[in-house]
Amino acid sequence: MQSSPIDKPAVVETTDAFLGPKQTLASVTAKIGDIVLTPLRKTPFGWPIGFVVAAIGLLVYLYSLVVLFTVGVGIWGINIPVAWGFDIINFVWWIGIGHAGTLISAILLLFRQDWRTSINRAAEAMTIFAVACAGIYPLIHTGRPWLDYWLLPYPGTLGMWPQFRSPLEWDVFAVSTYATVSVLFWFVGLVPDLASLRDRATNIWVKRFYGLLSLGWRGGARDWNRYEMASLILAGLSTPLVLSVHSIISFDFAVSQLPGWHVTVFPPYFVAGAVYCGFAMVINLLVPIRRWYGLHSLITMKHFDLMGQVMLASGLVVAYGYVSEMFYAWYSANIYEYFMIVNRTAGPYAWSYWALIIFNIVIPQLLWFKRFRTNIPILFLISICINIGMWFERWVIVVLSLHRDFLPSSWGSYTPSVWDWTTYISSFGLFFFLFFLFVRLLPMISMFEVRDLVHKMSGKHGAAPTGPSHGGEA
Amino acid sequence: MFKRSAPSPAPEASGLYGVMAEFADADTLLAAASRTRDAGYTRIEAYTPIPIHGLDEAVGFRGTRLPWLIFAGGMTGASFMFGFQTWVNTVAYPMNIGGRPEFSWPAFIPVTFEGMVLLAAFCAVFGLFAACGLPRLHHPVFNAPRFDRASVDLFFLCVEAADPKFDEAATTRFLEGLGAQAVSRVDN
Repeated sequence: MQSSPIDKPAVVETTDAFLGPKQTLASVTAKIGDIVLTPLRKTPFGWPIGFVVAAIGLLVYLYSLVVLFTVGVGIWGINIPVAWGFDIINFVWWIGIGHAGTLISAILLLFRQDWRTSINRAAEAMTIFAVACAGIYPLIHTGRPWLDYWLLPYPGTLGMWPQFRSPLEWDVFAVSTYATVSVLFWFVGLVPDLASLRDRATNIWVKRFYGLLSLGWRGGARDWNRYEMASLILAGLSTPLVLSVHSIISFDFAVSQLPGWHVTVFPPYFVAGAVYCGFAMVINLLVPIRRWYGLHSLITMKHFDLMGQVMLASGLVVAYGYVSEMFYAWYSANIYEYFMIVNRTAGPYAWSYWALIIFNIVIPQLLWFKRFRTNIPILFLISICINIGMWFERWVIVVLSLHRDFLPSSWGSYTPSVWDWTTYISSFGLFFFLFFLFVRLLPMISMFEVRDLVHKMSGKHGAAPTGPSHGGEA
Repeated sequence: MFKRSAPSPAPEASGLYGVMAEFADADTLLAAASRTRDAGYTRIEAYTPIPIHGLDEAVGFRGTRLPWLIFAGGMTGASFMFGFQTWVNTVAYPMNIGGRPEFSWPAFIPVTFEGMVLLAAFCAVFGLFAACGLPRLHHPVFNAPRFDRASVDLFFLCVEAADPKFDEAATTRFLEGLGAQAVSRVDN
């Protein structure tokens, strides 16, 4: 049963369960744990290639930042009236991606959805790395990023304090709290798994590494009781937190008076959009990883089916948001609101609005059919479309609203520069660099939760697969 | 919460920490833990690779008070952040923006909420570690044979030497009668 992750998996697709057949406590622990404990030269070939490509991307990213810091934000395409460009689009896009991880780990935990078990760890990792990518943009867009600490309230010789009546200041607290709580929640989830790795590792240094990280976890009954209580409460705290974060980000726009931004539907519509593209990104990450590491018995077709359903539902909420924006423009009888919609649908950037509709609304309707939800290549392509569509959504909101506001004399246009593109594209370098490190160093599926699932399912079917005779190294 | 934490290893002159019984599955362990407690043992602890419902009660744990700590942390965080914003925007650095009131409390709610979540989460995580006595570099139970599988697929029950009813030979015999597949002595 010491199955090495590099073995070509005998692919048995499971469509009706969250676990493949014949799983035991030992087999799932070995399957997940050995991905991390396998020597580097035996990892699947996709890992080193992906890691190197991501590292090159990270270097491009760092170079873009160095140029930005030495020359200034003038290297970007932004100007008046479009003073927010790729920086804020990418910020909102990345942080939205992060929200799916919290949804899977916290909200589905509260609703006791067992299907989150196999995907929550990777999704939470995605959250943290996406928030890291997101958080950099507002910091670098300030122009003088070395003064970013002015955002924080601290008693200084300037005698100045932040303005707490501004959503931009709320953002500072929302995003930093979100990043901190996500890391804490993630680490708490990792502790029992790090203990499993400590106990399975054969190399003394690997054992010490995971031993230190696991803090000395022993799995005592009292500890498990406290652990489950703390996890449940953390989930209860994270759930309103994730809703608050994207609501506050939508306030950055909605609190202003600009047509296209000043809309009350923004908070729920932003949160739904965040979940939408976050789930798409989870699928984009899990499909190759599942294939490289042969995790077909842990991440089953049923997971993809359910994720497709979540995307469909949140996508419909997003579509409702677009319709309601149209309705407001008409019902308000306000010429500026009305013009905003005309400009979106027929103005100079109309192509981007229709791209948004096609990528975000039209193509994902395929998800109504189970045939497509359980077809990995098609689901993967739909997910990429949704990610592109959600990026266009933020582009439409930011650029199309800013470039033509009230007075035609102050209208302008926006063309992203080369540096806008490099800082955007290469931020994937940072994201994937961190993600590949995570896949290699930490268990990407929660081992103790999968064991718990195996245990629960064995009770249901009357079998007893928890016995030691079923596998694992004795 | 801290008082009721897992029994700490009482240093024994003999260097004996306790007796560890190994079980193949969760149900046998659960039954064994209840019977051990019924037999009058009080310093017992079970070690499992998965959380098992009812096992905490079976080893005599009356539940954690962690929620109260988290609640207190959340309330502290919320009141501190609300008071702080009020002080900043009314006393330390009042700003007149279009004649709006300086104490515009609805605008302070988002940051108040974030303060609550942040401090409550810190209390949850660090309170959990403190209550479990973590981090700790070593513990006598790791000396038990095959204990490395307590985090994989084996289930353990330990009767500690600090238990008033503990007697190495008698306790070993008792645990063997509960369906344990192995019983061994654990040294400090």
